Amino acid sequence: MARYTPPQQSKAGQIFDIAVVVVAIFVALWLPLKLGLAGAAKSIDPLDAKTWDALGQNATMASVWEKLGYTPETAHDIIQNRFHYIIDWPTLIIMAIVLVAYFVFLFRASDKEYREVINEKFDDK
Amino acid sequence: MTAAVETAQTTTIHGDRVSLLRVLGPAHVWALGVGIVLVGEFTGWNFAADKGGALAALIVCWIVGLLYTSVAMIDSEVTSTVAAAGGQYAQAKHIVGPLMAFNVALFLVFAYTMLEVSDAILLGDTIVAKAGVEGLTHNSFIAATIVVLAWLNYRGVLMTLNVNFVITAIAYISIVILFFSVSPWTQGAVLKLNELVTPGNALPYGWIGVIAAFQFGIWYYLGIEGTTQAAEEVRSPARSLPYGTMAGMITLLIAAAMTWYVCASLMPWEYLGITYYPLWDAGKLTGSPLLENLLFIATLLSALASANGCINDAARAWFSLGRDRYLPSWFSAVHPKYRTPYRSILFLLPIALAFAFIADLNQAITFSILSGVLQYTFMSINIMMFRKKWPLGTIRRGYTHPFHPLPAIVLFCLCMVTFFAIFLGFGSQLIAMTVFYFLISLWFHFYRYKFVRRGDQFSMPWPKPQGY
Repeated sequence: MARYTPPQQSKAGQIFDIAVVVVAIFVALWLPLKLGLAGAAKSIDPLDAKTWDALGQNATMASVWEKLGYTPETAHDIIQNRFHYIIDWPTLIIMAIVLVAYFVFLFRASDKEYREVINEKFDDK
Repeated sequence: MTAAVETAQTTTIHGDRVSLLRVLGPAHVWALGVGIVLVGEFTGWNFAADKGGALAALIVCWIVGLLYTSVAMIDSEVTSTVAAAGGQYAQAKHIVGPLMAFNVALFLVFAYTMLEVSDAILLGDTIVAKAGVEGLTHNSFIAATIVVLAWLNYRGVLMTLNVNFVITAIAYISIVILFFSVSPWTQGAVLKLNELVTPGNALPYGWIGVIAAFQFGIWYYLGIEGTTQAAEEVRSPARSLPYGTMAGMITLLIAAAMTWYVCASLMPWEYLGITYYPLWDAGKLTGSPLLENLLFIATLLSALASANGCINDAARAWFSLGRDRYLPSWFSAVHPKYRTPYRSILFLLPIALAFAFIADLNQAITFSILSGVLQYTFMSINIMMFRKKWPLGTIRRGYTHPFHPLPAIVLFCLCMVTFFAIFLGFGSQLIAMTVFYFLISLWFHFYRYKFVRRGDQFSMPWPKPQGY
């Protein structure tokens, strides 16, 4: 197999490639933050009676909260801020498809490239 | 001479061939791995309690410990055989192919850079909380942490990891001191586990909460696989890497168990799940100013050690991409005096700073976890391919892990559970990140790969893989 000689990349080309990667990184990481997509679904289940007892805290728990500087009123939003685990099937299916498609592409395209590497490496010997 | 020494690669600068220095021993490998991870005991793991309750945090501590034991076993075998800077990146290049290697390097860079961001945020928030001064923000502390540690990494790997060894050891010892100071063998005096974790609140969301807790359970140990990044700078990779990694894993399992026991016995799960500094709070709740101050300092040190190791690892992964021309070769420069990948260190600095200012702690942690889990999924498949392409006896392995393929199967299954756990809180983020990796893979495969020298990607002195 003929040895592959890659083209030389110009300085401008290198700078352009670096810019592409930086922009991609920021879009991937920053966009979910900007769009408010990052973060779990928690919401406060409010209680009318704000007492340690109503908040489900026994005497030991209440003493720890107080040691940490909390009252039943200030601890209410922490204790009652709960996850509501609901399986959103369409999102779950989309996530599974995206993940599987990504890994399938990754392994198939990698294998194609790998065969070129192996052919060139071992045909040289 | 080990395979790694034979294949250590160099970069040419002004006509001189310059390589990374082989100066590290097993203690440095331990310090690199544990140093990166130990901060997980000081913050992050406790968000698992938020997602599923105190008992869920303990269950995932052990199950995710199993995941990471599999990671350490697999990694020790592959890395002791493919010992080159870039760690899992070099493994992917030799076993799966260039595109996979490109992705794995990005997983590593994102996982470590976002972990560094989390560390800097933790450090800034801890100082602000301790100072208690109105109007004081964490920004200057975050910037100082990232810049000073980048400078330290720029100056040399030996100094960097010597510093890490010392501060990691102090942080670890503080957990041991806290554990023995609260009479762990006696309930009721200081620790009140039975009264704080009751049958009624142990699993407030049931078993779905346990699964959800996997997301932050990863934080107990995330980064231990970073030991492999030092492969080209270790004097004896075949001995030091498995020894340092496995010793690190044992150290962390012990620390995680002690941390959970003390914290769950001192504070209600609702508070434990939201605090940024569970061990410092545990120190406060003992009523001992000495323990409170010790744990405050240890929290800072653990964040510093972790950020320090993360800069080291992310820069080496990025450097490897440049060296193989997966990214512009400009990144592959080694400093002529300090022998460090200085351009990669400097390039990643503003990215870390930017995200430290726009993300909050658990978002940064989630970014890091996402890339980590993608990487572990790759590792479970990678070891199967490694054993198939080069069965035992065909090449010299520094270490052969037992019970194959059980660790790989366990790792793969636990990764699937963790993906589901991430879906329960951060599904959109997972999709966004996977789409990013997909698009950047297309860019690499159809455009960037043309700059890569094909045969040079395989540098190990091995026979042709079976099936090719």
